[in-house]
Amino acid sequence: MTMTTAETRDERKAIDVNEGRDWARTYWNIGIGVALLVLLILSWGPSEMERWPFLFTDAGNMLEYASGFTDPNFSQWEFYAREMLVTLQIALWGTFLSLILSVPFGILSARNMVPWWILQPTRRLMDFFRAIHELVWAVLFVVAVGLGPFAGVMALFIHNTGIMAKLFSEAVESIDPRPVEGIRSTGASRVQEVIYGVIPQVLPLWVSYFLYRFETNVRSATILGVIGAGGIGQILFESIRGFYYAESAAILIIVVITVVLTDLLSQQLRKFVT
Amino acid sequence: MTAIAVEKLSKTFGRVKALNGIDLSIDEGEMVALIGASGSGKSTLMRHIAGLERGDAGASHVRILGETQQKGGKIGSKARELRSQIGVISQQFNLVNRLPVMINVLVGILGRIPRWRGTLGIFTEAEKRKAIEALGRVGIPKTAWQRASTLSGGQQQRAAIARVLMQRSKILLADEPIASLDPASARRVMDVLADINSREKMTILVSLHQVEYARVYCPRTIALRDGKVVYDGPSKALSNDFLTELYGSASEELVLPADLPVESAKRRRDKPAKTIEPNLGALEPA
Repeated sequence: MTMTTAETRDERKAIDVNEGRDWARTYWNIGIGVALLVLLILSWGPSEMERWPFLFTDAGNMLEYASGFTDPNFSQWEFYAREMLVTLQIALWGTFLSLILSVPFGILSARNMVPWWILQPTRRLMDFFRAIHELVWAVLFVVAVGLGPFAGVMALFIHNTGIMAKLFSEAVESIDPRPVEGIRSTGASRVQEVIYGVIPQVLPLWVSYFLYRFETNVRSATILGVIGAGGIGQILFESIRGFYYAESAAILIIVVITVVLTDLLSQQLRKFVT
Repeated sequence: MTAIAVEKLSKTFGRVKALNGIDLSIDEGEMVALIGASGSGKSTLMRHIAGLERGDAGASHVRILGETQQKGGKIGSKARELRSQIGVISQQFNLVNRLPVMINVLVGILGRIPRWRGTLGIFTEAEKRKAIEALGRVGIPKTAWQRASTLSGGQQQRAAIARVLMQRSKILLADEPIASLDPASARRVMDVLADINSREKMTILVSLHQVEYARVYCPRTIALRDGKVVYDGPSKALSNDFLTELYGSASEELVLPADLPVESAKRRRDKPAKTIEPNLGALEPA
């Protein structure tokens, strides 16, 4: 017994624990950590992070402002509910239209599906769609189609296509290539490989991304109301601007309830598809 | 006629020479075993013959049924049509897990039906009946509408074979089809392969990890080592001693673990039951 422990101790001394270790990787990890730290320090000033003590010294102001919202006025709740429904409908159409484009764009911006000369242009186009905020797209579409919900639908459509195509392509990049090869070896065409080999594998994830984006778009559609794209957001913005705190509070509560309900609904749907 | 003809095929991955001047020729209707330790190039060779991988530039030439599949590292113009002539099954079964077995089998005819119909997923009643028949042929007709992922390993492999039957290909490449199966399932899969070989006259090249199966099921064996053909001839001549000569200590890998002294007595008792005679009636359904 003592013999063996003595032996292992000797062995331990002899073994170089760092043999075969990839130092480049370690240095990279340290480098990335340091770079992140430097970025945080550089961003401190411009972000006016030094104002953080105000959060505590002047918290009373916030409380006073918030107290205006403590007494919601639901006398017009039917009107709010109708406008909330409009917002949901804007989000539904916007998300649905972007789904139609996200399927082909998602495939075309997946590394394992297409050569680089298709991949790069598609990805850059999606970056462009995504980089410009819904609000900016909405302003652009208001010019073309006028104030109202349709401008909101188009804004969500374009921006969300950029995001959903990226999410979809990431799902496609993580598929198991072997079933696809199985399909290919039967003499199937490229499109058929995608339909039978790729889509069945990514479908649960895609559905879940779609539902998640729908939730997000319900919130975004609310904000789009602010620039005149209709729905509950427009009413909310008008009542806040008019200092109708009680009405604003009622609207906010309706928005929160709706978002919670969509979340619960999409959770159930997700369970159903996977 | 020659089903598979490979000349001077080499493949380099980085600094590793996975295939090193392979020459081989397999006639139509043969059932040939491909053996070798892990890393000897079995899978790589299969993938080249299937047209899923291109060899190094040079004098290489792979011909399938007399047509050029690839030459000098370039895929031939008939490659897609040739692909439908080659059925492929592998250790991982390569089924689409979330689709029903039925669709997985029907996929086999994609190369033979109008492209628009295959793309829209419209299959005729007769085609579906053919798929059920193919499943019956491999002994699992009742699984048609189950998701592929719910099948056992042996059943999945047989579903993959049903897909190849549906494909009506002339050649079947089986890349370690039984490596992840238990002995009973493995024997059943090999029985089905032997049956297809004798009834459909399908040319079969099957890579195996264990030489026992080659001796029982395949008249001819090709052995690889470090990307080279080191033996090509009757399987009967491949004695364990000869394997040791070919592979040194690595030959242990090529002999069934059941050959370990602990189980050898039981195995000797089982041996007479193991014959080439395929007995599909004995396959229990599902």
